[in-house]
Amino acid sequence: MAEVQNNPILKYFRASKLPHIWCPGCGHGILMGALVRAIDKVGLDQDRTVIVSGIGCSSRAPGYLNFDTLHTTHGRALAFATGIKLARPELKVIVLGGDGDIAAIGGNHLIHACRRNIDLLLICFNNSIYGMTSGQYSPMTPTGRLATTAPYGNIDRPFDLCQLAAAAGATYVGRATSYHVTLLIELIAKGLKHKGFAFIDALSQCPTYYGRRNKLGPSVKMMEWFKEVCIPVGAAKKMTPEQLRDKIVIGEMVNTPDVPEYTEEYEKVKARAKEMSAG
Amino acid sequence: MVKTGKGILMQGNEACAEGAIACGMRFFAGYPITPSTEIAELCALRLPQEGGVFIQMEDELSSMAAVVGASLAGAKAMTATSGPGFSLKQENIGFACMAEVPCVVVNVQRVGPSTGMPTSPAQGDVMQVRWGTHGDHPMIALCPWSVQETYNIVIRCFNIAETLRTPVILLMDEIVGHLREKVVLPDPSTLTIVSRRKPQKSSLPYLPYKPVYGDVPAIADYGDGFRFHVTGLSHDYTGFPTNDANVAAEEIKRLHRKVQAARNEITFVHKYRLEDAEIAVFAYGGVARSAMEAVMRAREQGIRAGLFRPITIWPFPEEEVRQSLGALKAVVVAELNLGQMRLEVERCLGKGIEVIGLNRVGGQIITPDDILETLRGVK
Amino acid sequence: MRMEFRLAGSGGQGVILAGVILAEAAVSYEGLNAVQSQSYGPESRGGASKCEVIISDGEIYFPKVISPDVMLIMNQSSWNKYIHDLKKGGIVVADSTLVKELTPVDGHVFPFEITGSAIHEFGRPVVANIIGLGCLAGVTGVISKEAVRKAIMKRVPKGTEELNERALELGYQMGIRKTLEFTGRGESNGGEDFEPIRDRSKASV
Repeated sequence: MAEVQNNPILKYFRASKLPHIWCPGCGHGILMGALVRAIDKVGLDQDRTVIVSGIGCSSRAPGYLNFDTLHTTHGRALAFATGIKLARPELKVIVLGGDGDIAAIGGNHLIHACRRNIDLLLICFNNSIYGMTSGQYSPMTPTGRLATTAPYGNIDRPFDLCQLAAAAGATYVGRATSYHVTLLIELIAKGLKHKGFAFIDALSQCPTYYGRRNKLGPSVKMMEWFKEVCIPVGAAKKMTPEQLRDKIVIGEMVNTPDVPEYTEEYEKVKARAKEMSAG
Repeated sequence: MVKTGKGILMQGNEACAEGAIACGMRFFAGYPITPSTEIAELCALRLPQEGGVFIQMEDELSSMAAVVGASLAGAKAMTATSGPGFSLKQENIGFACMAEVPCVVVNVQRVGPSTGMPTSPAQGDVMQVRWGTHGDHPMIALCPWSVQETYNIVIRCFNIAETLRTPVILLMDEIVGHLREKVVLPDPSTLTIVSRRKPQKSSLPYLPYKPVYGDVPAIADYGDGFRFHVTGLSHDYTGFPTNDANVAAEEIKRLHRKVQAARNEITFVHKYRLEDAEIAVFAYGGVARSAMEAVMRAREQGIRAGLFRPITIWPFPEEEVRQSLGALKAVVVAELNLGQMRLEVERCLGKGIEVIGLNRVGGQIITPDDILETLRGVK
Repeated sequence: MRMEFRLAGSGGQGVILAGVILAEAAVSYEGLNAVQSQSYGPESRGGASKCEVIISDGEIYFPKVISPDVMLIMNQSSWNKYIHDLKKGGIVVADSTLVKELTPVDGHVFPFEITGSAIHEFGRPVVANIIGLGCLAGVTGVISKEAVRKAIMKRVPKGTEELNERALELGYQMGIRKTLEFTGRGESNGGEDFEPIRDRSKASV
């Protein structure tokens, strides 16, 4: 118990709100743990950090975290976060959401937040399924997999969220999994330090609704699968598309720090407006 | 910068933006839509001059979301739209009601349903304003009839929103939004401006949703060190979700109570020559201008007519309607829809009084002649 | 005093701006009340555009114009559509460059080569609205040229002030000249009984 009390990351949690609602074996706790370790590593001020989420399993995470937190409507977390950041640019704003939240109902907000390059960090807790509503297919469910709304197999093709974010203009993009925790912490920490829009595709396992139905589980087996199919971005560059089929590329995909950041650009707008109205 | 104290020509939409800026609105997120776009355009020009922020979001949903986010970070925030956009904003208007986030939402009404007629006037959104979101919550909406009143009333909308911690709708119509007329802007130092009350730093443990001022809680701004939680889920005083039916019910009832308790402070009506009237016209927004002229002309012709003009349309001014119109022979409800407010008037007045609907849709206006003719037809 | 105006043409001719300037002149520089409203189609260029102004020394409630005292008509289709709304004995200023068929009217018609003058004098058809407004001010006298000039300075885009000022002057002189012709000789399509709204002797020719 003493060990727990001295745990340096305990201060980032609202201990009274634990245990969390996630199923045994769910990857989301690992991802939330990675987030607070990265926050600790970077040394964010807890009173000057806001964590925003949408609706879904992962979006319950802010409730457990000891910051100013906002649990919004489904898909809209980035838009709420944009308002917070623009109103008080001195705050650090982190957005969490699941793959349904971020890539389906919130897809439009995702690409536009990337395009603006506004200084937010977005982590997609990507478990390839709608967990909160018990296992419907998401835009991240691989083709051929089963879901309650794809009882004959999913015919949709999933996004590559990192490529989507990069193409839309995100200036920091990376991917890791609940297995590759050290990498995940490193990517989140770098994303937090990045001035501009940072996107982390954090793959997670849902043994309850995705693993079980598709006979991929239990949880440990799903994490071992991450270990097997993930290829570091450096190694992937030397591989052919054939060799990369059915593989998942992890690591830092984009890091372009010199792109103008939105709130800083808006400060220039204010200066121009004042100058022009005075003159 | 706008001159104060002297008559100037201003558009209704301009007056909306300038009034909001005058009372401290410093964040506007919006999406272009006729006939409200001038509000966004003027905010884009003026807000950065005042150190505020304008952002054109990717859609109406995100505009409303950004407004709520900015307000939680302490800014007086506003968005503006028309019927089609207002439908899309409902999701996060509901969130703002539930999470008690002050903000002002402007709806400059045009003809619907759906895309309807973008540049033509209508008043078809009065019920959407009241009942557009899901769930059960009160709604406050004010409805100006002139450019001057738009300026004055947007300030009241902010004062109400900040006092009661709730969204307030400024329900305009195309007639007023696009009208240019003479206004005299007050000296900013003479304005009554109210800002939300904040919690004391010492009031730990902090309960953001515990009612402190009557039924209104004192919610902190993000970044002020309170580390509190906001959710659209039913929540208790701590702000965290609850599944306790009693707590959830009490929260919904409190949302109603806080508005009901402020009824006298938020209900504004304009009455003209009702003291000795036998018949009255009930009209609001741009249509009330036709009604005013019709009543004046009716009086010249010896008809004892009066005007009842609700400025606050939600909560519906029930008591005022009963008091002012309860003993009349007939009430003509003139509106640019097929009888939405008439339902409320009938509900309040009961069966004893003849309530006559004068309704028009499709973008045509109701003229003073139309109303006068109806008044003359009352037996 | 209460005077109702309708200005109509096609989108892009600037009739709405002309109406805004007229209302601005009345409110800001003549100390009167005015309301201005407009209706237009989805087109920014082409399509129908209509602008209404009411100027009064009293309160103005109903802001729309049913039968105008004065009209500025900038194209044939607007003529055809609105000419019958003219109040009996009212005044119409028509752009004869684009309104070729002046059907009979129970009122006073003043045709001017408005767009033609904009092209010939300035090489800029875009100033036709201001020339038209000048004609309107010259013919009716309801608003002084100086008030219109100040309102133009406030409302036209930066860098076009001088051009628009010259356009106003041209239109105003056209209006005054024709009014004097009509009232002086008593023969014109303005009609024998035409009375300018304001005393001409105060007008600066």
